[in-house]
Amino acid sequence: MNVKRETTAKPAVMDTLEISEHQATVGHCFSDNAKMTMRNVNVFYGEKQAIFDVNVDIAKNEVIAMIGPSGCGKSTFLRSLNRMNDTVEGCRVEGDVRMDGEDLYAPKLDVVELRARVGMVFQKPNPFPKTIYDNVAYGPKIHGLADTRVDLDEIVENSLRKASLWEEVKERLHQSGTGLSGGQQQRLCIARAIAVSPEVILMDEPCSALDPIATAKIEELIEELSENFTIAIVTHSMQQAARVSHRTAYFHLGRLIEVNPTEQVFTMPEHDLTEAYITGRFG
Amino acid sequence: MAVTNILILVFGLGVFAFYLGRARSLAIAKPLGGIRYLHSLPSYYGFHSALWCALPALLLLALWVVFDDPLINSIVADSVTGSQAAGDTASYNLLMNKISNVSAGILPRDGRDPEILAAADLMTRLQTLSRWALTALILTLSITGLAWGWSRTSQVFRARQVVENVVEKLLLGCACVAILTTLGIVLSVLFESIQFFRSVPIFDFVFGLEWSPQTAIREDQVGSSGSFGAVPLFVGTLLVSAVAMFVAVPVGLMSAIYLAEYASKATRSYAKPALEILAGIPTVVYGFFAALTVAPFLRDLGESFGLSVSSESALAAGGVMGVMIIPFISSLADDVITAVPQSMRDGSLAMGATKSETVRKVIIPAALPGIVSGIMLAISRAIGETMIVVMAAGMAANLTANPMESVTTVTVQIVTLLTGDQEFDSPKTLAAFALGLMLFTVTLLLNIFALQIVKKYREQYE
Repeated sequence: MNVKRETTAKPAVMDTLEISEHQATVGHCFSDNAKMTMRNVNVFYGEKQAIFDVNVDIAKNEVIAMIGPSGCGKSTFLRSLNRMNDTVEGCRVEGDVRMDGEDLYAPKLDVVELRARVGMVFQKPNPFPKTIYDNVAYGPKIHGLADTRVDLDEIVENSLRKASLWEEVKERLHQSGTGLSGGQQQRLCIARAIAVSPEVILMDEPCSALDPIATAKIEELIEELSENFTIAIVTHSMQQAARVSHRTAYFHLGRLIEVNPTEQVFTMPEHDLTEAYITGRFG
Repeated sequence: MAVTNILILVFGLGVFAFYLGRARSLAIAKPLGGIRYLHSLPSYYGFHSALWCALPALLLLALWVVFDDPLINSIVADSVTGSQAAGDTASYNLLMNKISNVSAGILPRDGRDPEILAAADLMTRLQTLSRWALTALILTLSITGLAWGWSRTSQVFRARQVVENVVEKLLLGCACVAILTTLGIVLSVLFESIQFFRSVPIFDFVFGLEWSPQTAIREDQVGSSGSFGAVPLFVGTLLVSAVAMFVAVPVGLMSAIYLAEYASKATRSYAKPALEILAGIPTVVYGFFAALTVAPFLRDLGESFGLSVSSESALAAGGVMGVMIIPFISSLADDVITAVPQSMRDGSLAMGATKSETVRKVIIPAALPGIVSGIMLAISRAIGETMIVVMAAGMAANLTANPMESVTTVTVQIVTLLTGDQEFDSPKTLAAFALGLMLFTVTLLLNIFALQIVKKYREQYE
């Protein structure tokens, strides 16, 4: 990965574990090979500001993990990447968010097309109350990706294979998706997301409702998917971030504190707050 | 003392007992170091005393009220032995009426048969005695109960369990009242219907195609052969209901979707109550609206297209009934649509679906069981609706599927059969019960059907 080193001097107040108003992000925020770029992004819920002045790039085919204490704005950050924040009443996004140079908040941008290019997997598995087949076929159908039934069958099978669910469900494609186990449901949701061939997949704590075995499967899957997709994943589990991601971003009270290669974040974090969090001093 | 006064007295004693029991438990708790050392909270001890004070007394009162009159009546009736003695039920009732009226001073005593006068005096005496005995017994029972409940109050007494137990029994009792009432109504309708089916064969009733419920008052009357075929009535009912649902389902459903998915909070807070006002309009108002405004309008409209619309038509009645039912469907559907988890919407929107695609392909299927049961309820309501059809659909039992003609419904016929002077044992009046039974069966089947659908699809999400 071609990541530029951003030289930011450590501010002198670092020992106090407090963030100053104009805290700049430390570490490797930017990339030459950026898929998505965010510049000076602020997000508000009504009067309350949830995200302060975030600058970061997400590189092509990388897995970037967002970690941080609850309520630090990780999910809000994620949801501003496919404009899912639009569905929240009173939510306002300021700043510049681009994918392949295209402004995602431009008035003429088609949200439907954007969300087809930026897929999302949620915290709680949320398969539709339809059959497994219809769950996966949902996206291809509404975007007209398949002209014939054969095409659609192929898309469904490929997506389920990529989500390593095919072997488990191929006998019961026409049973309800809600009858699967939690881990299978989450992989179904991943299959559903990749069925429309997105370029970026956002994952909002995809394993927090799953048991360790299901979690291991999803993590394995994320690694495989990173060959074809760019993945941004929010997680509460630092081990998970360490296992699956290439870069890790640490959020604190709505500010992006540090972005660095995962190995570095977990061995020698640049910022004291990051260190405090990963060593379990708070969070 | 009159029953009302006794009731007030018992309740007063109950309140008094509550405070006594509570005070005693507090007094016990004080030297122990606080109410935490009691088994139950002081109010439970209070309720315990109050229940002992009031419940047995109230039970006795209820029994007394039930058995008081028949007992006195039978004693009085037995005392009348001479020329006035009653032979059959009718003259017995007449006699008892006379005696009780004389006893109450409604009929003058002058010139009455001495036997009646004696009986009336006996009745007065017995009633006074009964009342005093009741008062004394109730008071004794209340006070004994109070004393017993009060004396049981102690540090280790499990008042909470006792009170919870009694509360459970009370709730059970209330549930039983509702169930038994329904059962009673069903049985009474059933027995009257059986009587009806003795004079009109059940097959003729259920499958007969002609309805003209005229029966002879005299043997030799002309045109006296009534025919009791219920089919035209049920066809009329179904026709009117179908027209109503044709109006109510699309409008109600779509307004529910708008309110639940599209409307802003502010719009919703105005639009929802406004829609529900429709449900608050009395049906009789809808009725004359249908008869005086909508029906003539439809007739004129039909004329301008060269169609002949009857001035009382299924269309007018059904249309207005549909408007009446809109809030039913919209309110129920709105509730179930709102209850669909947000994660379903998020999932669909994140796939790049538009709002209407999300509603069509995810929300509606997920909410379908609730929507269907709402529609079923609305159909039951439409079938049972009377006022609008009486005024706007007409009385003629036409067997037709044309909504522009005048039809009549089951409920309308029940109304016409039972209003006015009627012989109570003629097939004409009893037919009302048979119609009621059939209507009840149909709505019951509909409800069971709706419940089945709900059960089949319930818990598909989550």
